[in-house]
Amino acid sequence: MTSTALVALLIIVISGLMMAGFAVLARRTKFVFREINAFKSIRRSVSMVVEDGSRLHVSLGRGSLLAPFGAAALAGLAMLRRLAEITSTSDRPPFATSGDPLINLLAQETLGAAHDVVQPEKPFDPNYGRLTGLTPFSYAAGALPYIREDEVSTNVLIGNYGVEIALLTEASEREGAAIIAASDNLPAQAVLYAATPGSLIGEELFAAGAYHQGGDFHTASLVVQDVLRWILIIVILAGIILKLVGVPL
Amino acid sequence: MKRVASVFYAVIAISVGVLVLLGYFIPQIAPFQRLLLEWAVILSGFALLVGLGNLFSVHFARVRARQKGYLYSLVTLVSMLSVLFLGVAGIESATNFVVNAIVVPVEISLMAVLAVTLVYASIRLLRDRLDLKSIFFILTALFVLAGMVSLPFLAGIPILGDGTLPVFSQIISQVAAVGGARGLLIGIALGTLTTGLRVLFGADRPYGGK
Repeated sequence: MTSTALVALLIIVISGLMMAGFAVLARRTKFVFREINAFKSIRRSVSMVVEDGSRLHVSLGRGSLLAPFGAAALAGLAMLRRLAEITSTSDRPPFATSGDPLINLLAQETLGAAHDVVQPEKPFDPNYGRLTGLTPFSYAAGALPYIREDEVSTNVLIGNYGVEIALLTEASEREGAAIIAASDNLPAQAVLYAATPGSLIGEELFAAGAYHQGGDFHTASLVVQDVLRWILIIVILAGIILKLVGVPL
Repeated sequence: MKRVASVFYAVIAISVGVLVLLGYFIPQIAPFQRLLLEWAVILSGFALLVGLGNLFSVHFARVRARQKGYLYSLVTLVSMLSVLFLGVAGIESATNFVVNAIVVPVEISLMAVLAVTLVYASIRLLRDRLDLKSIFFILTALFVLAGMVSLPFLAGIPILGDGTLPVFSQIISQVAAVGGARGLLIGIALGTLTTGLRVLFGADRPYGGK
């Protein structure tokens, strides 16, 4: 095993141990995180969906699970599960769109599981998980009619997108629907900053579960992210100082 | 029964996840990891078929119920079935024609629409969220754009037309922006790591169950 692989394995093992430890701790202690406006806005919009009988649309982007961008879709699926449980009692059930067939299957499964928890007596329609297109623009073009025509009052876009996400945010703005959007793609984040006030920047995308009572492991994972970030900051600063004093690195 | 199935799925998913992860570090497990990844690729091929069925089913239901905008669904269905027929019949020139003469130009047109959408979003940003951050964002974008294109009418004007602007533009896009982008990417990498670990711990189960 190379030294790089060993370091990577160590980071994964230590992170896993820290996550397990913090998950146990989260049962007894309440961790407080900074306020993120977009998450506050989601809570408000989702309660509105239930009250006025409109629909929630969760878009999971076009990232594939077989590519490195799969994690953003997994974060979106965790959010979908939580939001679907809350809004499944609405007159119009929530639906999810995606641009990858595997993510679409998982979205159907997630919506079905949330439906079974809330309304086990009613049959679940798998067509609430929808594949809209396989290329970036065909995905966006396929999702646009649902935003416009399905009585959607809140759009949650969490996953891997490129700049085409602006087409979805624009359609949502035109319909007067609330929008919360996040992508792991940097150009998409720049576009989102300009296009919507409800954008999540950087790793905030992965914090969605912790901010929506996703469970102890979601809280723990956010704490682990913070711990690792501080370690990285210290390592980077130490590297700069060592380089400045002339230590060969 | 559902609970047993849920535990069974979790055991399979976590075991496969751990094996694939270990395959990157332990050479003895690497062939098994490759095999699992090959299975995943085959499964994703089947998922594509299921996805196409889903696309057909959703749009067919919209047409049958004459829902608002059902004509778009009808166009989607007709296009889908036509291209499927051309592909199955082995008329390669026709499918190539569909891609090159319809799909690609339509996607490029959407990209052109996107340019207008982004300009409009920038205007709306200044209208709805006029704060220091927004002004700085727009000014930086304009500054970088101005430095990237040559504007003949600016020639000779100090700073704007004497070659200083492109240098400043490059400093912003190659130093400041790259630094910020790396910071964001580190954050995303940490988020990706913890998301993966949650799946390995069985805390996130997108494959169903509680």
